[in-house]
Amino acid sequence: MTGQSLLAVRGLQAWYGRAHILTGVDLAVGRGEVVALMGRNGAGKTTAMKAIMGLLDRRAGSVAFDGRDVSALPPHRIARLGLGYVPEDRRVFTDLTVEENLEVGRQPPRDGAPHWTPDRLYALFPNLAEMRGRRGGRMSGGEQQMLTLARTLMGNPSLLLLDEPSEGLAPRIVQQMADALRALKAEGLSILLSEQNLAFAAAVADRASVIEKGRIRFEGPMRALLEDEAVRRVYLAL
Amino acid sequence: MSFYLVQFLSGLATAATLFLVSSGLTIVFGVTRIVNFAHGSFYMLGAYLGWTLVERWGTTPLGFWGGVAAASLAVGLLGALMEVGLLRRLYRSPELFQLLATFGVVLVVQDAASWIWGAEDLLGRRAPGLKGSIDILDQPFPLYDLVLIGLGPLVLGLLWLLFNRTRWGTLVRAATQDRDMASALGVDPARLFTGVLFLGSALAGLGGALQVPREAVNLHMDMAIVVEAFVVVVVGGMGSLTGAFVASLLIGQLQAFGILVFPQITLVLVFLFMAVVLVIRPYGLLGRAEDAPPTAASPGPPLIPSIGPARWVPALLLALLAAVPLVAGDYALIVLTEVVILALLAASLHLLIGLGGLVSFGHAAYFGLGAYGAALLVKHLAAPMPLALAAAPLVAGLGALAAGWFCVRRSGLYFAMLTLAFAQIVWSVTFQWYGVTGGDNGVLGVWPPDWAAGKAAYYWLTLALAGGALLLLRRAAFAPFGYTLRAGRDSALRAESVGIDVRRHQWLSFALAGSAAGLAGGLYAFSKGSVFPTLMAVPVSVDALVMVLMGGIQTLSGPVVGAALFHLLETEAMSLTDWWRLVLGAVILVLVLAFPKGVAGFARDLWTRGRDT
Repeated sequence: MTGQSLLAVRGLQAWYGRAHILTGVDLAVGRGEVVALMGRNGAGKTTAMKAIMGLLDRRAGSVAFDGRDVSALPPHRIARLGLGYVPEDRRVFTDLTVEENLEVGRQPPRDGAPHWTPDRLYALFPNLAEMRGRRGGRMSGGEQQMLTLARTLMGNPSLLLLDEPSEGLAPRIVQQMADALRALKAEGLSILLSEQNLAFAAAVADRASVIEKGRIRFEGPMRALLEDEAVRRVYLAL
Repeated sequence: MSFYLVQFLSGLATAATLFLVSSGLTIVFGVTRIVNFAHGSFYMLGAYLGWTLVERWGTTPLGFWGGVAAASLAVGLLGALMEVGLLRRLYRSPELFQLLATFGVVLVVQDAASWIWGAEDLLGRRAPGLKGSIDILDQPFPLYDLVLIGLGPLVLGLLWLLFNRTRWGTLVRAATQDRDMASALGVDPARLFTGVLFLGSALAGLGGALQVPREAVNLHMDMAIVVEAFVVVVVGGMGSLTGAFVASLLIGQLQAFGILVFPQITLVLVFLFMAVVLVIRPYGLLGRAEDAPPTAASPGPPLIPSIGPARWVPALLLALLAAVPLVAGDYALIVLTEVVILALLAASLHLLIGLGGLVSFGHAAYFGLGAYGAALLVKHLAAPMPLALAAAPLVAGLGALAAGWFCVRRSGLYFAMLTLAFAQIVWSVTFQWYGVTGGDNGVLGVWPPDWAAGKAAYYWLTLALAGGALLLLRRAAFAPFGYTLRAGRDSALRAESVGIDVRRHQWLSFALAGSAAGLAGGLYAFSKGSVFPTLMAVPVSVDALVMVLMGGIQTLSGPVVGAALFHLLETEAMSLTDWWRLVLGAVILVLVLAFPKGVAGFARDLWTRGRDT
């Protein structure tokens, strides 16, 4: 798999101040593949995403994207290579309208990645179409989550880093989110999503990596994780 | 009636300039979160460059307006240069370091301007075609001011279009709200910030260049305008352009009519107005809570009492200092006395900044209150020195108790501006109450009695009193009081939820810091034999801030080291060259770039690193 991986992470370490959060994370995402990064709260999922994206001051290890080492690049350069990041805490720009939020994410079209326009995104997320002029701060949590995803798609990424897309959403919205992710996968997009919700991950992911205390403890097809009760109990059960 | 109309119109013209400058300041602050003291310097440079270009080309309207535009663009480029060469290296440093860096720029620009244009006031050419005045209800009103009045709304409109109708403006607003998120979406924040600094500085330059036909260009324009612009920005709400516009209009009118009603205290009026606005509307007229700056001091590693040999450093230093008169001459003793006094001033400010996370822009008020408290007792009641010195911290402490009650109700930059407001009010009263304070003639003849009149004797006295106060401040830092303060600094919410009354502790620390500064002021008065209103003016507050920041806010020794470094540098540079501001400014810039944790913080890092390995 590693040979043609779109994203290959080797021995990734990261710190918050003096706290050593990631002690050595290996991850791989192939083209067109959806990988779920599973783990409990505090296991290091969000930190891993931020470290890949270059958002942490102190990190070590290698991150190769599309065959290119990006571990020393600043976030905006990484984003421009086609790595899209959707944070867990729905960081929509609350002062900006839906349209303006999308505009911030806009990047030129990219070979080998789906090309998104506001109209195509409004078709994918019909809710957003009805509130183009509304400010991000006046939207519900689910709407904000959709907007955050749509905003990142405006950069025409070939790989999406999705941090806990189902967290804190109503079941109906979670269903919409899963539908949207399957539609994105059908477009040929590769996705690395972090999740605690096993059912959600099982509905969209091909493979799973399980993280605990800053290290990957299990790696394999989604089905293997579903069948391996021991791993689920040790690393995922609350 | 017509007289009032003209007065109203000239208020509008003042407001236009004020808006140009403060719009630039609010834009730069909104995006970079930097309190840019150099903004006033850009305004001054705009005026000087405008003067030169208008002298050369200004015989025709095209030449005049071309000159103004060129001056504005040139200043904009300087602002961009400052971002690329200086600020960009400091975005990861504590926010206060950026403030210190911009203050270094202020000093450098002052001397550069004085070197290029000289110290004389420069009277500029008036705008061709607009030299006359028109009659408004039989009162003459300058045509040029009428143009300025139109310019304010025009610039507001253009800026609104820029920020709401262009991609660049949208990106700037996005980065203003969440820099990291914008960069994760492929937006290069550094390039955006360069553009913002260009725009903000060009607006300051434009404001300055447009003043050339209205008032003489001089070297004091920078501080005067930057303080006013900060008031406008804070009254309007940080980062709000419309707020800055409304605030400019209000303050322009306040100055136009205030001068009729209370001719002597227009400055106090403006600051009183700001204080009232902030008490009623905590985030300014059009500001919102989420735009409020975070507390200025970053927590950093916790302070720990020194252990091992380092524990004896203060005692050793004190013993060394006490022995100095055995070898040093009078001049060295005078300088050292000043260093000790300033160390106390800086340490008292550090109590607020380093432990409380409260950045005061007006700490000079309490230094001055102490000095005047002592001096006036001597002058009016012929009080002996010990009594006067005992009164100094009392007077200043009471003043701080009163001002602090208001100030601690706000945090971050709003706190800073309230402290500045009170300092300006105290300064103005001192400056204008001739009957009691002697106004700008000051109070003379405040000498120590014979037993303390010798340089060595007074030095020892200072060392004993200031050293004792420093030890008390240090004790407070490691007492429950200090821990409580730091808890409130690091998380006010969590501190309150465990039952700490954060505001009350901040209030007490404000009073304590004020009275320590007052003792420093009293000692200063007797060391100089006189006091003047400049003791409590903005530059002294800024100096104290620079000392604390130079030394580093994360150690208790920082302010002492910073005060010594700053004062010795200043005295040395002043004695060696007329261009001491340039030297001092350059040193500050180098220090900021080389030691982003402050000198004492750097030394401590070296020390701990040496022990870890």
